[in-house]
Amino acid sequence: MAKHKTPLLDQLESGPWPSFVSDIKQEVAHRYANPKGVDFQIPAECPDDLLGVLELSYVEGETHWKHGGIVGVFGYGGGVIGRYCDQPEKFPGVAHFHTVRLNQPSGMYYKTDFLRQLCDLWELRGSGLTNMHGATGDIVLLGTSTPQLEEIFWEVTHNMNNDLGGSGSNLRTPACCLGESRCEYACYDSQEMCFNLTNEYQDELHRPAFPYKFKFKFDGCSLGCVAAIARSDMSFIGTWRDEIRVDQKTVAAYVGGEIAPNAGAYAGRDWGKFDIQKEVVERCPSQCIRYEGGKLEINNKECVRCMHCICVMPRALKIGNDRGCSILVGAKAPILDGPQMGSLAIPFIKVDDDYAGVKEFIEATWDWWMEEGKNRERIGETLKRLGFAKLLEVTGTKADPRHVKEPRHNPYIFWKEEEVEGGWQREISDYRSRHQK
Amino acid sequence: MAIVEYKSNKFEVDEDGFLLKFEDWNPEWVEYVKESEGIATISESHQKVIDFLQDYYKKNGIAPMVRILSKVTGYKLKEIYELFPSGPGKGACKMAGLPKPTGCV
Repeated sequence: MAKHKTPLLDQLESGPWPSFVSDIKQEVAHRYANPKGVDFQIPAECPDDLLGVLELSYVEGETHWKHGGIVGVFGYGGGVIGRYCDQPEKFPGVAHFHTVRLNQPSGMYYKTDFLRQLCDLWELRGSGLTNMHGATGDIVLLGTSTPQLEEIFWEVTHNMNNDLGGSGSNLRTPACCLGESRCEYACYDSQEMCFNLTNEYQDELHRPAFPYKFKFKFDGCSLGCVAAIARSDMSFIGTWRDEIRVDQKTVAAYVGGEIAPNAGAYAGRDWGKFDIQKEVVERCPSQCIRYEGGKLEINNKECVRCMHCICVMPRALKIGNDRGCSILVGAKAPILDGPQMGSLAIPFIKVDDDYAGVKEFIEATWDWWMEEGKNRERIGETLKRLGFAKLLEVTGTKADPRHVKEPRHNPYIFWKEEEVEGGWQREISDYRSRHQK
Repeated sequence: MAIVEYKSNKFEVDEDGFLLKFEDWNPEWVEYVKESEGIATISESHQKVIDFLQDYYKKNGIAPMVRILSKVTGYKLKEIYELFPSGPGKGACKMAGLPKPTGCV
């Protein structure tokens, strides 16, 4: 029997969308019934008290968690988000309510064996509540007590061969789209690269050594299914540099109405017969497509690889064969000096098995930002403060028109002294010999 | 908030075991905390880190960035974790009596 009355939360059990309230109530009932006779290591009433404290917040319109919290496991400087309720007498089950971040597999593919093992562990040592997954990608185990942290960590590493995710001023848990596992647009193996770089930079992930947080995300193409360009300090976005492969027969099938455009994504409404001119040719941002005499032609030199035509006719148009990725730097949320999306730093780099070129770029960037970045300054802000040209310089990247959307319109242009004949050392007397005061 | 009694001292601490007041710090605090931070004995190296954190905090009113801690003490981050298994924030700052680290941690 639930401890708290929750009239406001109860309203969220109606409606068609899966109700988190109903789900938590189910876990509350499960823990009180305890059919497996589990020796709960934190209070059985934990999810019940969570509903209680949440109802109180609904009534008062204010959060009831105390400020901050510093807990963790030995050897790591992050991975656990400590949290304490500010009404521990009323809600003893959530007096401690720490969150444990677990590193998820790339693309979030699971076997039930793994998930069952994880649930058994979390039922015993946690609240039984989770977030699948946190926005950065981690499996989030939601609510446990300080003494359970090392216990959970021991079981996760010894019995499940898994590890914590990142938190704090460090490399956070990298994430990727599902890539080549089930997408024909993937220009590189985003899962493999995510996995490889996560392992390569374990130290940077577990022990905060940076001025602030730093995130990697890997998109297999510019559609951005993991939103790398908006939500990672360094975004790896797949692309190609040769020609889009066109299958004219299949183009004709689209035109003839045998294949639904956009793989049927707009089937919910009658948009009329597919019109290749209107829906593909005229929508191409660089106007480099022509459809004449039943033949589709693409001027690939002018193509910006926006993916639109490929998305509309996935069975007729395919990504090129010379593939790699672009690297963009600096995306961040608004705090402190405004939101940013990633800016193009490396237009194209081959994605080889050992990622040597990519790692070289990453490490040069870190060397610079770790030295020059101010306390709690995201790299996007360091770029604004010290200039994009500095990033190019420290990473040995040649400036390229592709580095800008448009050239600057103000004339406050800095020159290096060695670029200017005669340098900066001038004598005023020499000037006065030619120009009277 | 809890009060910790150790030898002849009373320390006021929060849930995470951080001192509420920097002025309450004395060497016996370090003795008291070390076990919960996975440290058997306090070596000269431990002391050097603690001393620097305290000096920096008194002078600047904040804890130093990890990079500055490494630069001044000469200990790489790896060595700092060998000394303080919970790391410079939860381990060393707590023992030095500095306020609890805040932000998106």
